[in-house]
Amino acid sequence: MSGILKIALKLLVNDKSKFIALLVGITFAVFLMIMMMSMFSGILSRSSSSVYNVGAKIWVMDPAVNNATSSIPMPDYVLSSARSINGVKYAVPIYFGNALVKLKSGAYQAVSVVGLDDATLYGRPELIEGKIEDIYAESAFIVVKDAEFKKLESPAVGTEFEINDHRGLVVGLAKVASGGLFGIPTVYTTYNRAITYIPSMRFTTSYILIEPKHESDIPFIQQQIKKLGYQALTRDQFVKKISDFYTYQTGMGMNVLMMTAISFIVGLSISGQTFYTFILENLERFGALKAIGAKGHELITMILFQASFTALIGYGLGVGLASGLMILAKLRLPSYAAQVTYYNLTFAFIMVLIMAGVSSYIGVRKVLQIQPFDIFRG
Amino acid sequence: MGKVAIKANALVKWFGEGETKTTAVKSASFEANFGELLYIVGPSGSGKTTLLSMISGILKPNEGSVLVEGKDIWQMKSDDIADLRLHKIGFVFQDYHLFPRLTTVENVAIPLILKKMEWNEALKVGLEYLDIVGLKDRAQLQPVKLSGGEQQRVAIARAIAGHPDILIFDEPTASLDGDTGRKIVEFVKTKILNAERCVIIVTHDSRIYEYADSIMKMEDGNIIGFERNTNAIP
Ligand SMILES: Nc1ncnc2c1ncn2[C@@H]1O[C@H](COP(=O)(O)OP(=O)(O)OP(=O)(O)O)[C@@H](O)[C@H]1O
Ligand SMILES: [Mg+2]
Repeated sequence: MSGILKIALKLLVNDKSKFIALLVGITFAVFLMIMMMSMFSGILSRSSSSVYNVGAKIWVMDPAVNNATSSIPMPDYVLSSARSINGVKYAVPIYFGNALVKLKSGAYQAVSVVGLDDATLYGRPELIEGKIEDIYAESAFIVVKDAEFKKLESPAVGTEFEINDHRGLVVGLAKVASGGLFGIPTVYTTYNRAITYIPSMRFTTSYILIEPKHESDIPFIQQQIKKLGYQALTRDQFVKKISDFYTYQTGMGMNVLMMTAISFIVGLSISGQTFYTFILENLERFGALKAIGAKGHELITMILFQASFTALIGYGLGVGLASGLMILAKLRLPSYAAQVTYYNLTFAFIMVLIMAGVSSYIGVRKVLQIQPFDIFRG
Repeated sequence: MGKVAIKANALVKWFGEGETKTTAVKSASFEANFGELLYIVGPSGSGKTTLLSMISGILKPNEGSVLVEGKDIWQMKSDDIADLRLHKIGFVFQDYHLFPRLTTVENVAIPLILKKMEWNEALKVGLEYLDIVGLKDRAQLQPVKLSGGEQQRVAIARAIAGHPDILIFDEPTASLDGDTGRKIVEFVKTKILNAERCVIIVTHDSRIYEYADSIMKMEDGNIIGFERNTNAIP
């Protein structure tokens, strides 16, 4: 490290109370920003968990659907029309619904039920216990072993329960890539069993899942579905639609944005203010350095170094604190939704750089203004 | 008398405009030579600090020129003037301006570090200069722990650590008691001044006049007298 930077570092770090105040400001801001954004990303990714877990390339739905779990059933002709579109390799229905399970202990528990197409079982989960063919057995259900599994009193293969006053039998345990948002367990069964067990309206198809022959067929398929008055979305489009719904239509996105902005502003004001006081208190020193013969760009380097050094440490502490807290929270609440993404980290990092930038800018302006003559005159 | 270190030609400096305009220095010309201890004396507000700043590349004059070792400094770019200050001129400010967050020896090493000397090397040289001013054993203390006279000596060590040809002191003894002040000036005269150096001291302090080789008097922005002190204490 060059000597000038070392002086800069000592001026900064040896002023312990200010240095700590600066760190607290930045750490606090980073912590809050990361917490807020991670909660939000966690919720967004879980809101699309069914889409990921089913894994179909194209989803056909009523245009008014904005959320995978609240589907709007479609009439049967949509399925047959979809099957006859050029470029469609196959098209199958899937059922999403909710039911009430009465457990052995007598307690009731809401579950979400996925009904897989009887012929193909398309969208089936990966089993960790049992055989998938057993899903055709009488009253068979497969239970997803996720964070909510305990709410069903941790059933095993062979466990019986009551579901909407019908008998249910666990024939397998499955794992899925992503847990759901609503904190209720998920069970899989066949499409036909699902619609017999769960009271439904005239129409029963929640979504139609399409496998195209080629990627290039997708636009044509989408066009044809649109002509029917329905909407065909690729997986990514559907995920985005759901995310947009949560972000823009529920007020959640706005709240997160506001909280993030407030954290940023609070952090910026604490650290900017403290850094400014720090510069003001050291103005004479910078003036003396100038008088002795330090050049303008050297003083700028010192200030930028001080600001970015503090910012980086504060960032590290903030990220560490947020991750630590999330790890703790996950230990206690397995379904805790927060997730730290590279995007969040980068965003917070950019915000911290802005804080450092604004603080240095103010500092640099002050320091460049100071006349060594004023130092000389005392 | 040695060669000319600084030559000031008809320097003028004013502050403010119109009603509030004050002319701090009115056409000042003089020379300071190597091997010489020059005093600038005069009442408060007579323009001593202003003059000192102009000849040392800190304050740009409105009129006139300053030659440092023959070079017209106010024709130079500001970074070059900064370099000239760093390499040729040492300053001891009236209120020392030591850095409270650095140790004494780090303070002394500052000009060396600005000259890009490697950190540990700079501290080593700094320690030698602290030794010269008799404060080697205080090297690791913070300057605030030192007495006023000791701080002044640290400031002197810092000023000379960079090996300047010209040393500028503004009121070095103002905040010291008579005895300490005398000792400092005696030290400067015997240990710091040499044939390759020129030392300029601004002072009010008549107790230390007997060390001066020349005394320049200022009043109201004018130089009103310049006398050589032939029986200065060597
Ligand atoms: N930046 C400035 N703006 C306005 N007036 C100034 C400025 N600097 C100096 N002056 C004026 O110039 C005059 C000379 O000031 P200077 O500091 O050179 O005096 P001095 O002889 O060093 O006085 P002292 O012995 O009190 O230090 C004073 O009248 C002062 O008020
Ligand atoms: Mg003065």
